[in-house]
Amino acid sequence: MEHYLSLFVRAVFIENMALAFFLGMCTFIAISKKVETAIGLGIAVIVVQTITVPANNLIYTYLLREGALAWAGLPDVDLSFLGLLSYIGVIAAIVQILEMLLDKYVPSLYNALGVFLPLITVNCAIMAGSLFMVERDYNLAESTVYGIGSGASWALAIALLAGIREKLKYSDVPEGLQGLGITFITIGLMSLGFMSFSGVQL
Amino acid sequence: MSKPTMKEVLLNPIFANNPIGLQILGICSALAVTSNLKTALVMSIALTLVTAFSSMFISMIRSQIPGSIRMIVQMVIIASLVIVVDQILRAYAFSLAKQLSVFVGLIITNCIVMGRAEAFAMQNPPLLSFMDGIGNGLGYSVVLLTLGVIRELFGAGKLFGVEIIALAKDGGWYVPNGLLLLPPSAFFLIGLLIWALRSWKKDQVEKPAFKMAPQVVTKEAY
Repeated sequence: MEHYLSLFVRAVFIENMALAFFLGMCTFIAISKKVETAIGLGIAVIVVQTITVPANNLIYTYLLREGALAWAGLPDVDLSFLGLLSYIGVIAAIVQILEMLLDKYVPSLYNALGVFLPLITVNCAIMAGSLFMVERDYNLAESTVYGIGSGASWALAIALLAGIREKLKYSDVPEGLQGLGITFITIGLMSLGFMSFSGVQL
Repeated sequence: MSKPTMKEVLLNPIFANNPIGLQILGICSALAVTSNLKTALVMSIALTLVTAFSSMFISMIRSQIPGSIRMIVQMVIIASLVIVVDQILRAYAFSLAKQLSVFVGLIITNCIVMGRAEAFAMQNPPLLSFMDGIGNGLGYSVVLLTLGVIRELFGAGKLFGVEIIALAKDGGWYVPNGLLLLPPSAFFLIGLLIWALRSWKKDQVEKPAFKMAPQVVTKEAY
């Protein structure tokens, strides 16, 4: 249990997807103007991440990894080079299914998430979650925890940034730095703050 | 819109319409791989090639792709190209591939590749799309290499791992600034780079979303 807890804390704070690995930056900057939408997107990312990382873990363990097809009588086959293609396929499919399910059964949540769901397919944070899972050799339980943690880390970061940007609207920023420039510098400062977690030993 | 010429599509994205500086595309990898110049260079080459070839192939079959599933078709082409790049890197430069870790794979979700496929290659002939891909790849590379040079030179006193500035700990004069090797510096540098670019090309400045009326005293506003 402790192992999973420390994995979660590490994923959220020390290895923050957005602020330590720069993942999902495009959406991170584009959708962080308002706190409400930022939180909506954050929740969508947590949900998708929690489903896709374990799903890709199953696919990797039982279909792609070297010797994974032993159950089908093909112990020498190594399909791991097909990884990239299958992960992105799985992510796109899961997002699509989730969209349809939400539309049918939980329309209120579907309306709240709105356009953000399809956007998630091209969010690098989701893809990176699966790739990190493969690289670090997580098992199913670990990858579920890692999925929740990394999703939460991204959601936390975007909610914080949106809060700062809402306040920042009222400040007098030098010309040329307005908009994109000052956003980058803000993220830099946030990332500097999050670096202080890196001293935490788990 | 007039027909774009070869020279325009190749040179415009480098400064006038830079994918990173103006369109905020593909920043993820731009920040992560620039702590030394070597990885930045490899990443630039990989991305330029993937963008160019994916644009070309998509443009070749653009009239055959049904509109409703075009995203998936584009994704499959891009992913296949990235797999090729990934396998080549693993075969010939394994240690470099390890350093780049997941970021080669993340070229798939790099918005520049997808963005060019969707915005340009779907409407234009193959050769022009190929050049457009190269142009956008170069625009990305310019930013990446600039960051790579600054971060490695001032952060470690080296370029491509060769010492350029004599470091203080070896009896030289320069005390390296370790912050430049850490993630936050990349954000600061891109922020400053955008500032420089926009001071030079005034038309790229964004309008403030909210402005105080001139008669309001700052104190009253809060």
